[in-house]
Amino acid sequence: MTTKPKAAVSRLDPEPMPRRDWLGLGSLWAMGGALMFGLLGMLKLPKAAVLASPSKKFRVALPETLPAGEAFVPPGRAVAIFRDGEGIFAVSTICTHLGCVVKPNAEGFECPCHGSRFHPNGEVRKGPAPRPLPWLKVSVSGGTVMVDEGTTVPQGTKVA
Amino acid sequence: MTPAVPEKDALREFADNLKAAPRRVLETAFRSGPPTTDRTRSTFVFGNVFLHLHAVRTHRWSLKWSTTMGLGIMSVSAFLITLVTGVLLMFYYKPYPEAAYQSIKDIHFVVPTGRLIRNIHRWAANLMVVAVILHMARAFYTAAYRRPREYNWLIGMGLLVVTLGLSFTGYLLPWDQLAYWAITIGANIAQSPREVTDALGITNYFDPGGLQRLILLGSDQVGAEALIRFYLLHVMLLPLALAALMGVHFWRIRKDGGMVRPADADEQLARQRHEETYPVFTEAPAKTYHLAAIVRGRTANVGRGPENTVPSMPHLFYAELGVMMVTLLACVAMSLVSDAPLKELANPSVPENPAKAPWYFLGLQEMVAFSAFMGGIGIPSVVLIGLGLIPYLDRETEGTGKWFGGPGGWPLVRLSAVFGLCVPILLESFAIRFGWLREWFPNIPQPIVTAINPGTLLTLVYAMYSLWCIKRYGSVRAGALGLFTCFLGGFLVLTIIGTYFRGPNWVFYWSPADWPKH
Repeated sequence: MTTKPKAAVSRLDPEPMPRRDWLGLGSLWAMGGALMFGLLGMLKLPKAAVLASPSKKFRVALPETLPAGEAFVPPGRAVAIFRDGEGIFAVSTICTHLGCVVKPNAEGFECPCHGSRFHPNGEVRKGPAPRPLPWLKVSVSGGTVMVDEGTTVPQGTKVA
Repeated sequence: MTPAVPEKDALREFADNLKAAPRRVLETAFRSGPPTTDRTRSTFVFGNVFLHLHAVRTHRWSLKWSTTMGLGIMSVSAFLITLVTGVLLMFYYKPYPEAAYQSIKDIHFVVPTGRLIRNIHRWAANLMVVAVILHMARAFYTAAYRRPREYNWLIGMGLLVVTLGLSFTGYLLPWDQLAYWAITIGANIAQSPREVTDALGITNYFDPGGLQRLILLGSDQVGAEALIRFYLLHVMLLPLALAALMGVHFWRIRKDGGMVRPADADEQLARQRHEETYPVFTEAPAKTYHLAAIVRGRTANVGRGPENTVPSMPHLFYAELGVMMVTLLACVAMSLVSDAPLKELANPSVPENPAKAPWYFLGLQEMVAFSAFMGGIGIPSVVLIGLGLIPYLDRETEGTGKWFGGPGGWPLVRLSAVFGLCVPILLESFAIRFGWLREWFPNIPQPIVTAINPGTLLTLVYAMYSLWCIKRYGSVRAGALGLFTCFLGGFLVLTIIGTYFRGPNWVFYWSPADWPKH
């Protein structure tokens, strides 16, 4: 590297880095670095290790008469439970678009927020929803149905 | 030895000092004495930490109504009003689900003047959004973002984003149906990068969308954690951020020589002016400016006569006070006429239908109804980046400080307004009448819908139009004029459609009277 001729040094523009400033700057950077690493470690603060959400599993008794193709929605849950000849299955009613709760109707499901429509098996029929409604894990024991909203199963999984 | 007899009577002096104390407190607080002459007014202004945010003297051009229309001061005034009323509301508000709803009900029906204060808070917040957007349009159309104010334009965009953030976080706090579902939708928009990561099949390894939503809500659903987070953002973090940005914004205005004005502002004023003006320094200045030695380059007023400035006190202060009073008056008047809404208590299993965000987000919601990611994150990011780049791409000087200044001028803005309004109306009409890709090809892969939808097409058409403007007028400023006008037009059209023409299930209705009754 060639050195440029030195410009006239003014009282207001001393050399860029006097040697005695070097240590000061060095310690400043060290402090900044240490602070930054500390902060990086604390960045996890807003993400709790255990989420404060209610249990995703619930047990419910299906009504005696539930015609095939008709949805049973347990009160306060965003799940539609169906029973047909092959068995019992549960479809999540949380829209895959922006999280509104879809309503079961004769042709499947409809979303009140942005007009997504789904087939009874959860496939998207119309609207902005990017993915089908997921099927949820179901287990049957002693006449009641246990649904796990936190576990999805492949479409078509029915439990006798 | 007896003490010597004092020459003065100390007790007498004590009494005199005591008597003079109130006057001296005042004198030491305002060291320049009563602001009765131009010089004492000047020293009063720069001796006062709050007033010194203003220059001591203000150019006549800045005081013209058409220069700023008072929009910046209106934004600040609205902020101050929300600040005061917000602190008052905090006396009664409890940020916990159900309790929050009940406390808002108490504020509305039980707390003396609570209803008025909540209404004022809500109207001032709305007014602030309007004023900030209009203020930005003013700064753009007078080319005020140009050198040396480029960075202040970016600060201003930060202020816009924080203002919208404040409105959005405030929307959840009543914990009613409207709030709950608007925030559910908002939080899921934060999660919508999954639309892309799902298509790529990498969501299990890399899920920025899910992380954003989780950090925003503090849980996997809208609940107590989300409410506390939104509350903290609303009453603490965002107001602090806003105050800090405002401080920088104002300080830079002052350092950049006040309001932008055309190069020939003095000549223009000389032609119009009738009243007598006088120079700044009628006497020898009482103090020389040592600091001038370290200023590099030109200071704002070098080479210009100072004759066209007037003392900020009282001229500028009266103007500002006037705008503040009008703003307050507007908020109070609207509050007496129209109550802030409060729907029924939030019910997580039954969505509000239609679930609408605050009006200034309904343009986004309209785009979100085609693709969550593009409408909620992709296009807004492109718009923000585009707006931020304007001062760095437009390095021209023609038309600075003039309304619609620059090549093309008002005719170009008029053409762009027509174009900017028509394109979204046509696109929306088409999509409403004939549906979109998913209706024609039910099995179409999601990435195609994400990439090609009315929102992205609109953005693309606007971008092409802007490029055409640059070529046609041979000027980047012309392209910026076209693009910004289109942006305002698109915002207006989408917001109006989202606000007035969308009903249950986000279906198009000519009027809310046509909505199906349940």
